[in-house]
Amino acid sequence: MSENVTFHFDVDGENFSSAGEASVLVKKKLRQLGISPEIIRRVSIAMYEGEINMVIHAEGGSADVTVTDKEVAIVLSDRGPGIPDVSLAMQEGYSTARDNIRALGFGAGMGLPNMKKYTDSMEIETKLGVGTTITMKVKLS
Amino acid sequence: MSKFNVLLEELDLTLISGTTPEEFEGVYAGDLLSRAMSRVEEGNIWITIMSNVNVIAVASLTEVAAVILAEGVRLPDDVKAAAEEKGISVYSSDMTAYELCAKISSLS
Repeated sequence: MSENVTFHFDVDGENFSSAGEASVLVKKKLRQLGISPEIIRRVSIAMYEGEINMVIHAEGGSADVTVTDKEVAIVLSDRGPGIPDVSLAMQEGYSTARDNIRALGFGAGMGLPNMKKYTDSMEIETKLGVGTTITMKVKLS
Repeated sequence: MSKFNVLLEELDLTLISGTTPEEFEGVYAGDLLSRAMSRVEEGNIWITIMSNVNVIAVASLTEVAAVILAEGVRLPDDVKAAAEEKGISVYSSDMTAYELCAKISSLS
């Protein structure tokens, strides 16, 4: 692969029926590019969690995926409320999801921890009232 | 890998969407989607009582052999349509998740 491949997705807010669509599409594209199943699995999990977070907390946002010969980079960007305490949000089991969201099987407080766990690097830029941008990278080798 | 069709009668499975998979490998039982997302392996049977559309998204991403809805849970029509569209095999059984696990374990 000599040229970078990029994908852009808009993620609908509060639309749980389409949540996960971008992750499924990225998975398909990565498979077409011949990326290994283990890498694809990690990217899919991280991206799905990020997508769901944007649907639950930020009324949607955008996802940009770049594939180079070295890594897959995922940038999730939203104009949501921001994360007041990032280290608290990173704790497994901590969640601010509402009860109706929990009833759907979300809100286990595993989203951000899963995103960190399944990627090689994760950076969170967040500003209260402005939004959050999360950049995750998964190395190809 | 274990044959799936031996489960059909023993687990009292009703096919709700998709087709009967030939084989499966291993089982995951649980309802929290983030947990399932990170734990369900390709080719697994996933046993859950959740029936919203996100179950189908997780099943699709993790490439399960089949989803078994325990305790007689059924899929709402829109979720069933999503499952059909994505080609996800979903079954319903009146057994509990524990009973399903125990039975599958004894059969495979």
